Amino acid sequence: MSTFLQSLLIAVRALRVNKMRALLTMLGIIIGIAAVIAMVAIGAGASKMISDQISSIGSNLLLVIPGSMTSGGMRSGSGSSQTLTYDDAKAIKAECPSVAEVAPTVRGSGQVVYGNQNWSTALNGVTPEIIVVRDWTLVSGRNISQSDVDGATKNCLLGQTVADNLFGAVDPVGKIIRIKKIPFTVIGLLGRKGQSPQGQDQDDVIYVPLRTAQRKLLGSQFPNAVNAMMVQASGADVLKKAEEEVTALLNQRHRIGPSREVDYTIRNLSEILAVSEQSSKVMALLLGAVASISLVVGGIGIMNIMLVSVTERTREIGIRIAIGAKRRDILLQFLTEAVLLTTCGGIIGMLLGVAGARLIATLVGWPTLVSLDTIVVAFGFSAGVGVFFGFYPARKAASLNPIEALRYE
Amino acid sequence: MGEVVRLSDVAKVYTMGEERVEALKGVSFSVSSGEFVSIMGASGSGKSTCMNIIGCLDVPSSGAYLLDGVNVGELSNNELAEIRNRKLGFVFQGFNLLARTTARENVELPLVYGRVPAVQRKARALAALARVGLTGRESHFPNQLSGGQQQRVAIARALVNEPAIILADEPTGNLDSRTTVEIMSIFQELNSQGITIIMVTHEPEVAAFTGRSIIFRDGLVVSDNTSQAQVAASAGKERAL
Repeated sequence: MSTFLQSLLIAVRALRVNKMRALLTMLGIIIGIAAVIAMVAIGAGASKMISDQISSIGSNLLLVIPGSMTSGGMRSGSGSSQTLTYDDAKAIKAECPSVAEVAPTVRGSGQVVYGNQNWSTALNGVTPEIIVVRDWTLVSGRNISQSDVDGATKNCLLGQTVADNLFGAVDPVGKIIRIKKIPFTVIGLLGRKGQSPQGQDQDDVIYVPLRTAQRKLLGSQFPNAVNAMMVQASGADVLKKAEEEVTALLNQRHRIGPSREVDYTIRNLSEILAVSEQSSKVMALLLGAVASISLVVGGIGIMNIMLVSVTERTREIGIRIAIGAKRRDILLQFLTEAVLLTTCGGIIGMLLGVAGARLIATLVGWPTLVSLDTIVVAFGFSAGVGVFFGFYPARKAASLNPIEALRYE
Repeated sequence: MGEVVRLSDVAKVYTMGEERVEALKGVSFSVSSGEFVSIMGASGSGKSTCMNIIGCLDVPSSGAYLLDGVNVGELSNNELAEIRNRKLGFVFQGFNLLARTTARENVELPLVYGRVPAVQRKARALAALARVGLTGRESHFPNQLSGGQQQRVAIARALVNEPAIILADEPTGNLDSRTTVEIMSIFQELNSQGITIIMVTHEPEVAAFTGRSIIFRDGLVVSDNTSQAQVAASAGKERAL
């Protein structure tokens, strides 16, 4: 330990003698580490944004939508048929063991009015499960209950965007709004979710009980049909199994066979989003890799200067060897000097990198994320660069012939 | 008195490319504890090579060199470093102090490599500086000291580990005649305290301060004269007083 401390003291002194040179040498490492930290922060920020969006949709989700409808030989788009029903949803919940929750919805849109304010928004008929499946929070009031659904009550939940536009800062719970001219009581206010991965405002929505939507609001010729079902598996590991179970059950319920086409589609939402998360991670890795090239260049700069330093101090090395320094002592001395250079550069670079990431976040508005991992890895990396690029010059110093070194002018 | 240095038929051959240079062609002599020996000879006579071997900076091509009873030729690099550290003290012509390092820290250097704890290091360095008359100059840097003072720091550095021998390579080569006398009397003083000193020089006046002169020519010892030198040495001592 005291040997190490001694080498550290000698190294600090040697660097202090040539402050400007030490600083310029460090600059390569400073820039390298700062670049790595800032780039990784940008990459990690992007990746975090995507994973936040994924969790804003809800986790372990399957989306079941009806198939296309054929009328008069013309096929409409996917989801246009009315074959999926509330009873299907109840059956999936009851009979598929890997399914935790099912949230059927009917979708529509319309004008809502409160006082002298009005707003056009999405009107979704839902069941109580929507809160769990979509991972919503309620900031005030209560959720839609099963009896609201069964009794087709005129109660509703507001998204933040709708509440902002109709009520401003006032708590909307308990107020009466008119949806498509029908009066509804606001029973709850949903928490803020922000944008969906597709860029839609998820808070621009009103939830009404499913039966109310089917019978009173979005009247359709198939009063029991739903537009979509969100099926939540009981875990990420059983997502595939849940998909199989739902497929089997729906095939049976809809009597799908050789003579009857499949009339629904199942999409694995989490899988789709996982792909985009993966791509942003690859992006982060690439950014980091490009930035580490500058770190390597910085390391070469260190090696260069250390070689110059060894040559300059040949005589000093000769004296030290004559006085009784072992090869190991000399090696350690120069290695310590190189590592000290790179770790000092690493610390400065780290501070600059974190500051740079903050600056990017405020100026450009990109999300950045500096994790402790990155900092620890960057610090370790800078020390590693010191050892790697310092070793050759240090070994050169340690293998000098003392007789020639003492004669060196 | 015991033998500190014994060279038996020591030869050193350098090969530079095609050429073979026989720097030492079989040299034998011994130095007893407490002696003050000067080694003289023209340049190329092999005296420096001999000093490097005695100083464990180089090993003989053939023959044996025993330092304090240990055959140096059989030792590893690390063991040689340890011997240099414990048993030898070097004084060079060019002083060879570390720049930007105080006198005390220069003197402490061998103790650092000898793994002596810091507190002891400081005390021993100050004592060594006092022995060469530099009390009060401990925190001066080499460029703040005169040539004679710098050489005295170097002598203190050679002394600090209580070595078996002090090896001095033309220690007065860079000094004027007055300072030369000053440095030589310090060596004589140390020798009178029982320290063995071997000194390379090409000046007979400097050699006159020593008790014994070994003269090299063409890689061989041609003269090993004790009596006359001893007379000169005692005369030198009187002059110094």
